[in-house]
Amino acid sequence: MEELALHILDLLENALAAGARQILITIEEDEDRDLLTIEVRDDGRGMGAETLQKALDPFYTTRTTRKVGLGLPLFQATAAQCGGNVTLESRPGQGTRVVATMKLSHPDLPPLGDMGATIAAALSREEPVELVYHHRRGQKEFKFSSAWLQLHLGEVPLNCGPVLDWIQRYINKGVAELYGGEGK
Amino acid sequence: MKSLEELQKIKETQLEAIRLREAGQKAKIVVGMGTCGIAAGAREVMSAILDELGKRRLTNVDVTQTGCIGLCAQEPLVDVILPGKPRVTYGKVDANKARQIVAQHVVNGIVISEWVVNRGEE
Ligand code: FES
Repeated sequence: MEELALHILDLLENALAAGARQILITIEEDEDRDLLTIEVRDDGRGMGAETLQKALDPFYTTRTTRKVGLGLPLFQATAAQCGGNVTLESRPGQGTRVVATMKLSHPDLPPLGDMGATIAAALSREEPVELVYHHRRGQKEFKFSSAWLQLHLGEVPLNCGPVLDWIQRYINKGVAELYGGEGK
Repeated sequence: MKSLEELQKIKETQLEAIRLREAGQKAKIVVGMGTCGIAAGAREVMSAILDELGKRRLTNVDVTQTGCIGLCAQEPLVDVILPGKPRVTYGKVDANKARQIVAQHVVNGIVISEWVVNRGEE
């Protein structure tokens, strides 16, 4: 996966597959400490110690067709290559927390990529999920909350084309502003 | 246009669309978002679909996703379900094919047979 946002989408899909109703994504770019931290926390059904261990094993699958966890070893490999790692905390019934760290200045660090498309993709579903995306970069920050958006929309669902399209553009504009750009 | 004004416009159009249509009269596009799908470009496919729907002002289409359906080799997978019609599954979709699927199948009701990997029961 050539974008961090694609790894994040994979984590979000794992959370949704685990029945999450609330997902919190936090990205922190700390230039002073040369540290990029990506955290995805969910309130899904979680995993026991044994499954947890296997989740980072590329050859493990929870069933023959569903490769839950396949993406985690990929993310782990990317993080390790960039001077960091991925940690996984989970307990049955209590959700899962994945934290990835990487060196911000590492030459192999993939670009953040299209966070707008990632979040729109995760929200494109019938079963509601509350998703919060919080991105800090130095002094600047950007926050997106699907619950806030739903409040604005009233009875209009999130997963209709124009709304998802708006979400994608809104987030990409917000993220671009973190980098000093005007956004698309 | 400012984002929030734009959102308000979208809301009004959608409310209007909700009022006009009967329940169940909505077309649905489903994109597979398993790890293989994501790696094969499913997210770009979804973006292309959203963009195409927006350009064509198609407000009566729901876009949803599904996790892995165990067809790795055919990813990215896209299902199109038109009201009263069986589900049609397309395989190895890219952004360009996705736009054509919207144009031909969703708008005109013409199935693009070459790309179909599965058809649901009538
Ligand atoms: S992710 Fe490969 S078959 Fe599902």
